[in-house]
Amino acid sequence: MLSRVADSLYWMSRYLERAEHTARLIDVTLNLMLDQSPLMAERRWQLVMSGLGLPPTDTRDAYKLTESLAFDAENPGSIVSSIIAARENARQVREQISSEMWEELNRLYLQVKSARIEQIWNFGSHAYFRNVKEGAHLFQGITDSTMSHGQGWRFIQVGRFIERAGATAALLDAHFKYLSDPNIESDGKSDYLEWVGLLKCCTAFEACCKVYSADLQPDRIAEFLLLNADFPHSVRFSADMLQAGLNAIAEATQTHKSSRANRLAGKLRAALSFVQIEEIMESDLHSYLKDIERQCLQIHDAIYQAYITYQIESAPVS
Amino acid sequence: MPEPISFQPPFTRYQLDSSFDEMFDGAGTCRPPYQALLKRLFKLSPEELKQRQQSADLSFLHQGITFTVYGREEGTERIFPYDLLPRIITGSEWATLEQGLTQRINALNLFLKDIYHEGCILSDGIVPRELIYSCRHFRREMRGINVPRDIYVSVIGTDLVRLDDGQFAVLEDNLRVPSGVSYMLANRQVMKHVFPRLFGNYGVRPIDHYGQALLATLRALAPAHRPDPTIVLLTPGVFNSAYFEHTFLARLMGVELVEGRDLVVHDNVVYMRTTAGLKRVDVIYRRVDDDFLDPLVFRPDSQLGVAGLINAYRAGNVALANAIGTGIADDKALYAYVPAIIRYYLSEEPILPNVETYLLSDESQRQYVLENLDKLVVKAVGESGGYGMLIGPHSTAAEREEFRERILADPRNYIAQPTLALSRAPCFIDGEVEARHVDLRPYILKGDQVTIVPGGLTRVALKRGSLVVNSSQGGGSKDTWVLAE
Repeated sequence: MLSRVADSLYWMSRYLERAEHTARLIDVTLNLMLDQSPLMAERRWQLVMSGLGLPPTDTRDAYKLTESLAFDAENPGSIVSSIIAARENARQVREQISSEMWEELNRLYLQVKSARIEQIWNFGSHAYFRNVKEGAHLFQGITDSTMSHGQGWRFIQVGRFIERAGATAALLDAHFKYLSDPNIESDGKSDYLEWVGLLKCCTAFEACCKVYSADLQPDRIAEFLLLNADFPHSVRFSADMLQAGLNAIAEATQTHKSSRANRLAGKLRAALSFVQIEEIMESDLHSYLKDIERQCLQIHDAIYQAYITYQIESAPVS
Repeated sequence: MPEPISFQPPFTRYQLDSSFDEMFDGAGTCRPPYQALLKRLFKLSPEELKQRQQSADLSFLHQGITFTVYGREEGTERIFPYDLLPRIITGSEWATLEQGLTQRINALNLFLKDIYHEGCILSDGIVPRELIYSCRHFRREMRGINVPRDIYVSVIGTDLVRLDDGQFAVLEDNLRVPSGVSYMLANRQVMKHVFPRLFGNYGVRPIDHYGQALLATLRALAPAHRPDPTIVLLTPGVFNSAYFEHTFLARLMGVELVEGRDLVVHDNVVYMRTTAGLKRVDVIYRRVDDDFLDPLVFRPDSQLGVAGLINAYRAGNVALANAIGTGIADDKALYAYVPAIIRYYLSEEPILPNVETYLLSDESQRQYVLENLDKLVVKAVGESGGYGMLIGPHSTAAEREEFRERILADPRNYIAQPTLALSRAPCFIDGEVEARHVDLRPYILKGDQVTIVPGGLTRVALKRGSLVVNSSQGGGSKDTWVLAE
């Protein structure tokens, strides 16, 4: 497979995952705002910003924030920009993906591009964000059932799960930092809402309750989102999928140069499999999560070095 | 005077004029090859015809068979207008075309080899030396380079027109990167869906083997020591107007579609970057013009090409189809010499005539043209797609004056031809059948042998009275049927 094609498939998938993640965060936030005082809502938006890895900003105007994060094509991190980028990557490798995939992504793109916040702010924003999430889910389902599960599909998987692992770690970090801040006064009720909010941002509320009951404690939430082996949005699950994808790619390309990417992914996976939440909480959750984000970046670089932008002198020749 | 022929619907608006009509003879009688089609059309209601046209249009849209209109954002994609009614060519007419086109591609290949080596045809004074060296597409970098099997052009699209007397003549040869073959193939697919029974009973010769024939043609160019060559199609990328065709052909042949940035040259060998490392490339079907192929040799600002490609080519490590510098034979002034070229290399008479052409670098011909600008078509030699033209009968005095000055300033850059009445074929327009001007572009492949799939792209000037068939200027296309007989 051409390196450029692998690159486009990888980024198509990352951008779509990013759009879905952002849509979920905004949707949950707008919904929680309804139960909170304006001051709490402002803090909650600060949490969204730091969860997305964005600089702090004036969070008093929810309308403007939503517009910027969802609808502003000038903002490179917005949902609409992510979907444009995903579609553009898909367009460049159109002959490599199924026409069903292309049509679904194109549909989502046309819909997102024509949507205006003025039309949906007062009534319909939930339906809009649900549509973005569903579009991403549908695309995944169509991808899994219409595309050969060969190298190209593996790069799509790798893109999705590396994005997800990093994003979930960043989100967890933002929440734990915020809720353990002694300067912030809190009552038990709003704390509970925050924790539920965090789980809902990862579609994890129901799944987590099934494991731990509704008696949610911070440690259990951290354990679930970080270390659960079966839940598709946990960091560990993402790391498992990431490593499986990279192994399959290494096999398909029959190359040893990929060992660095595979070793790094294997290391991340093994660490998450054997660590216990008590150990992490006793030492430093923040630096643990930062380390996961850093490892995701390293894996990304290693994938690039192995498959996309390698030095021609170092490349095997066939 | 145009004489209306009284036909029942959907032919009530059909008219004959002085140009050759593909379907009816001068007396308004249907020509034999079209009779079964005519009978079928009489049986269909206008609604049914409209439905079939809609279903054809939808099919193109859904399959994404589009061309790109250059735009500001992500590019706008449009379908190339498709006409429902086929254009029919008899087996014997085709046999003549096939012979004539084969003769032409063989002679042009010999000519290109000669020009880039000994130049005998120049020493013998058949073609003026000046004409070659002043040609924009002449590439002195190609002097003395041997190309695989002496095949300079592997793919030609030659534009043919049928004149008043029913004879086919060559209007121009496209020897650089001719496009449109994907529409020829797509038109046929859609035709089979829309008129399955009519098609099945007509005895139309198939064209589906084009992909295989193209692959075999490219394979024939591979360096001798590469028994299982890697063939790729080089595209300028998604923003190119023919991008759809590039993806279509790559898929059809099962070869990688690459962009310049996917290729690297290392020790004079071309590789493509794959996830499994560098993979050697042996043959490149390039759909990128000479100027953009290698920034080290041609335009340094080009992002579309591959640095070092020409050196790898010179070293014989990679083959290009078509070779570099074949555009000299595209030059409209050189076109006038093709009959002489055929006689010179093959000692045969040309089977297909040229359209009468005046060379403005010749003093007496120039004099005649300047006196008759209102009757002639003047074309700039290096332009294509209907640009840089003066159509005398439709021009204003000011336009003629402007062209007179342009011609006098640079006579080498212009030719003139009589205004041609291209033949007309029945087309389905707003629920009725009307006659529209058409031309024909068959695609000729030269590898181990010359292959021409029976048919080609029939382009249609869909605007009433228009002679311009280019897609950029409101043209469309229709399926071309060559009968088995």
